[in-house]
Amino acid sequence: MRKHEYLLMQDISKSYDGTQALRGVTFSADLGEVHAIVGENGAGKSTLIKILSGAVRYDAGQILIDGKPVSLDSPLHAHQAGIRAVYQEFSLIPHLTVTENILLGRMPHGKLRGWVDWTAAHRRAQDILDGLGFTGIDVRTPVSQLSVSHQQMVEIAKAVAERPRILILDEPSAVLSQEELKRLFALVQQLKSASTLILYISHRLNEVFEIADRITVLKDGEIVGTVRPQDTDEGRLIKMMVGRTLGEFYPKREAKVGGEVLAVQGLSREGAFADVSFSLARGEILGMFGLVGSGRTQVARSIYGAEPPDAGEIRLEGKTIKIRSPRDALQLGIALLTEDRKRDGLVLSCSIRDNISLATLPEVTRWGFLNMHQVDARVQRQVQELTIRPPQIQRLVRQLSGGNQQKVVLAKWLLTHAKVLILDEPTRGVDIATKVDIYHIMSDLADQGVGILLISSELPEILGMSDRVLVMREGRLVGEFTRAQASEEKLLACAAGLLQ
Amino acid sequence: MNASLSVQIRQRLFTRLRRRWADYGFIVAFVILILIAASFSDVFFTQRNISNLFRQIVTNGLISLGMLTVILTGGIDLSVGSIVALSAILVSGLQQQVPVPLAILAAVAAGGLVGIINGVLVAHFKLAPFIVTLATMGAVRGVVYVYSETPQTPSDPTFRTLLGGFVGPVPVAAVIMLICFPLVWSFLNRMAAGRAIVAIGGNQEAVRLAGINVNQHIILAYVISGLFSAIAGVLLAARLGIAQPSVGSGYELDAIAACVIGGAVLGGGGGGAIGTFGGVFTLGLIDNLLNMFNVQTYYQQILKGLIILFAVLARRKE
Repeated sequence: MRKHEYLLMQDISKSYDGTQALRGVTFSADLGEVHAIVGENGAGKSTLIKILSGAVRYDAGQILIDGKPVSLDSPLHAHQAGIRAVYQEFSLIPHLTVTENILLGRMPHGKLRGWVDWTAAHRRAQDILDGLGFTGIDVRTPVSQLSVSHQQMVEIAKAVAERPRILILDEPSAVLSQEELKRLFALVQQLKSASTLILYISHRLNEVFEIADRITVLKDGEIVGTVRPQDTDEGRLIKMMVGRTLGEFYPKREAKVGGEVLAVQGLSREGAFADVSFSLARGEILGMFGLVGSGRTQVARSIYGAEPPDAGEIRLEGKTIKIRSPRDALQLGIALLTEDRKRDGLVLSCSIRDNISLATLPEVTRWGFLNMHQVDARVQRQVQELTIRPPQIQRLVRQLSGGNQQKVVLAKWLLTHAKVLILDEPTRGVDIATKVDIYHIMSDLADQGVGILLISSELPEILGMSDRVLVMREGRLVGEFTRAQASEEKLLACAAGLLQ
Repeated sequence: MNASLSVQIRQRLFTRLRRRWADYGFIVAFVILILIAASFSDVFFTQRNISNLFRQIVTNGLISLGMLTVILTGGIDLSVGSIVALSAILVSGLQQQVPVPLAILAAVAAGGLVGIINGVLVAHFKLAPFIVTLATMGAVRGVVYVYSETPQTPSDPTFRTLLGGFVGPVPVAAVIMLICFPLVWSFLNRMAAGRAIVAIGGNQEAVRLAGINVNQHIILAYVISGLFSAIAGVLLAARLGIAQPSVGSGYELDAIAACVIGGAVLGGGGGGAIGTFGGVFTLGLIDNLLNMFNVQTYYQQILKGLIILFAVLARRKE
């Protein structure tokens, strides 16, 4: 038996622009282990794995692999040391095929050097995917035409194909459906028994408990501790991450549901969803659950006018309305928080002020000129109420943590004083404290009479917050449950088509 | 404990300095240039040379303001040089038939029209700005030659004395340009349309979903660029007293260079009027100094290229 563990990161420190991201972290893990790393946003998880994968250089400390010091100055060095990472942000090349992405840099050539043997290449890529149990992906399609969850699988396949000794998975489950997640877990078990070290980073603690052999908790750039899942529970783990016990996770709320505010009748959009009908009342939180690709997001975008529907009727407070653009929707009092804040929620190169005021510029404009006092006062109030950190409104949004970025997007829509607020995955990729903040804001809004449509793939969130739950599957509305009727099992079964 | 604190403070100071340096590196470069000029030349600080310098940067200054607006939306406008020629030759030719104010109006309107064409093609037809403005750059140049193959001279003497003249030691054209910079600054920082334009370059889809008419604002940016280029053309005709159909070729590169030196990011997401002014000034100063020392134009081009690279390198993020 070896005395040392396979991977040892010793006294690692790193600072960016004067902020200390890691302070003397010592971390070790061994082959044949699934080691989860958890912590709030900004705790230093990303920095730690970026250092290990050679993407970022560390200021001090040393890294030993199998007892020997190594220098991981670049991703290439990390590859040579047998380390592969699958990041949240994909590193795929969109217009190249699945085959080319998986075999990038090692495409098989035919008799002539420099000429690709395409038949062999496709076969090899297909073999890799099949071997991992990832079915249903055509290796000849450009990656850009794949769904996000399939892209994630290609990304994982690309990393695993290299047979790494250390595999880093950074939030791999964020875009996967339940079914796909099972396959991923099976793969992780398979790699583990083939004596690979898997570092698993996730916000979802239930996953971590299911799969990890050990859990290391990071907070403010330091390691709080390493525990075994059987020796702890979610509550204690959260306490380690946050440094305090959180209050009520889902605020208790006496639903004071009023009259109908939004009604959708027979809404359809070619290739996305068909014949969707539901109604939403004042002060109601209506959950909408479905697997990735079930059409939830498209329904939301259609109601908001981002992708107008082909057929169907939308009524707002009893009046039939026509929405051709997001502008129409906003003017009528409908707002949409989109699922991916970086893609279409934020202007990262602009300030907190610019982002929060963006959707309500006409309200503070006279003769084309902005009333800067008014702008600042309105933005400042939102920053205080939502406790956005740092509170300097001229800071660029790019510099904020994920949780604070999400609060900025939310603040933008709160300023519109919408009657109907559609929230598409409002807590994706945010830390637990921010999550609780967002739940409380939602609850307050509902109390004020706003109708909220909550789209989420996190079942506890749907069950904890909704007064009623709709379930979508393959572009159709397939179920409706009251709060009392709904349970994780029922919703999942319904979303997977096992329950009518 | 204390030591680590002081290290932290030093680090923070260092990064702040570096960020400042990145933002205003051109100012430092600019001061160094002045010092060199002052120590080697006794002509530089003469009133005549300074006012000359200002006259020389008017054209690039105005074009750069339009270019900046377009770059902020994430686009680029290669047609500016051709628009300069179009408006210069129109204002000179038309004043033989119509009163000068009308000729100026027509010339500036022509620039705005090209801007509308550029903007509509980019915004509504979703064509790449580089391609669209490359096409109009060629087409507009053709229109200029169709209008007149030979140089046109402004016939009205007041046109030259008024727009090509001086208030005291300051050239009229320079005054116009110096007024335009704060105007554009206010537009970009204090008006709703300006903020929208800046945001579009950062994330077009987020702006659309915020209920803002993205296409309208993109068109507006190209119109602003067309108008500023046309104004530059009118002032150039007044200063030179002649409008060649070939005038203005290559001007787009100087304008792009000025914006980039001033901190603009091609593809959108950075840049402003103050920085652009610094960029225009730096480029003008280099030309002025090297002319004074009788350095060949070829070397001027090499040096300009180096300065652009230097400016971009200094601002490079890790």
